[in-house]
Amino acid sequence: MQAIDRVLAARANDRPGASQFIHSIFTDFIELHGDRNFADDRAMVTGIAKLRDIPVTIVAIEKGQDTKTRLSTNFGSPHPEGYRKALRQMKLAEKFGRPVITLIDTSGAFCGLGAEERGQGEAIASSLTGMMSLNTPVLALLTGEGGSGGALALAVADEVWMLENAVYSVISPEGCASILWKDASRTEEAARHLKLTAQDLQQLGVIERIISEQNDFEQVFAELQETMYDRIRGLLDLPPGELMENRYQRFRKIGGTPL
Amino acid sequence: MLKRGLFKKPKNVLESSGDSTNKAAPSVPDALFITCKQCKTQIISDDLEKNNYVCPLCTKHFPMPARSRILFMADEGSFVETDAQMISVDLIGFPQYTSKLETAAKTSGENEAVICGIASIGGFPCCIFSMESRFMMGSMGTVVGEKITRLFETAQKRGLPVIGFTLSGGARMQEGILSLMQMAKTSGAVQRHSAQGHLYISVLCDPTAGGVTASFAMESDIALAEPGALICFAGPRVIEQTIRQKLPEGFQSAEFLRERGFIDEVVPRSEQKETLQRLLMLHQRREEYAGN
Repeated sequence: MQAIDRVLAARANDRPGASQFIHSIFTDFIELHGDRNFADDRAMVTGIAKLRDIPVTIVAIEKGQDTKTRLSTNFGSPHPEGYRKALRQMKLAEKFGRPVITLIDTSGAFCGLGAEERGQGEAIASSLTGMMSLNTPVLALLTGEGGSGGALALAVADEVWMLENAVYSVISPEGCASILWKDASRTEEAARHLKLTAQDLQQLGVIERIISEQNDFEQVFAELQETMYDRIRGLLDLPPGELMENRYQRFRKIGGTPL
Repeated sequence: MLKRGLFKKPKNVLESSGDSTNKAAPSVPDALFITCKQCKTQIISDDLEKNNYVCPLCTKHFPMPARSRILFMADEGSFVETDAQMISVDLIGFPQYTSKLETAAKTSGENEAVICGIASIGGFPCCIFSMESRFMMGSMGTVVGEKITRLFETAQKRGLPVIGFTLSGGARMQEGILSLMQMAKTSGAVQRHSAQGHLYISVLCDPTAGGVTASFAMESDIALAEPGALICFAGPRVIEQTIRQKLPEGFQSAEFLRERGFIDEVVPRSEQKETLQRLLMLHQRREEYAGN
């Protein structure tokens, strides 16, 4: 599969959304709404659930399943209040010693008037520093599109995993082609050069694990439950200081050895 | 026409490739007229430089070379540069990146889009960084991320405040995901420096955008901005394409951000040194002021 095919697969309408992942992997999910400041962003789904016997906080970006839900979730592009809601829930997770699991599927943080006016940049920046200092295990899973800062804002984690057909990039291939080459028809080429597939990213040391999609999604969900459970238990066993030091070093080393 | 050709007119500052301001540099005479984008007055370039790249008539703030800015802000002879020799390489095999780096180095006379070091301002020692628009529009790749991270680590080790002048189109596309990761990396360093109780003041210059706005530019204890600076996450053109209408005048300007509560103060360049000095003084702890 070419890079562009992965991009298309990651965006496919029939790809499972956040709610399917949540209800297939976890039990007892209770959704909790709002950023206590401005609004409840429906693109960001947050709440508490159980991963087998472990209570966990879930922070997920939801694109929606049909036109109606996609309109309500703004097609999975969160506003600043979405990131503030996510950070609020992650801080609560820390308070109660719950691990955090983030599920990421977004073309990017929303680019609009309201989003800018309410500080999209500041909201993402706060999420980055907030997650970096979170004194509880954090596991991020890219399920579909990982669009730039809007995805990274939920991916400052102890480990970052990707589904086989998920993509993760600094910019969309379309955006890259039009900005760099002023030529939207060179999208395929941009996709290739951006190194945005799960395999590329594992080679670059940006992600830890790729979840195969060779079987149907029922099996993907089962495997995720198994592997997430094992990993979260391992992370819970680490002393808190070590957890945060490892998280810092995980990002510290990327691009840290100039040639 | 020479005067007009010097500044190609991009629709907005993010569309300019960053090298446009000095494109004519090698083969033109020293004294040139520059037309102020704001008041349309023709200014002699030497006069503009002498006035620290601020229009003498309407006070429009032009981009200031990163090194000139540090030398202007820091006490004379106090600046010692760190990691000056660090240069970028094409890490992911991106087309034309190597030649773009070469051009940027020639155009700007600098090795990368940020200059870091240790200096003093009004006698107060600090770590300082300043971003360079003529180096690929101040974009953040792994070297920019690494230099800023190291600066915050140095500041933490030595117990120094950090003063940072941000000016950037955002993450550098040509380094793909590795650029994006620098947002997390620099944020980690800022956070650790902050957790030790040290001060970080950012001064947001025109433009500060994308991944730089969404990381260290907006993570400071005190955020100042230059008058009229464009400060945004998504650039004006991207938003206009999304909402299919023109943005209101002054949207995403420094003054607009202050009104919306995202900037502590808009400070003209001529007053920045005094303001920084006073802020550094006001952040002295008891053992520092009581000891004098």
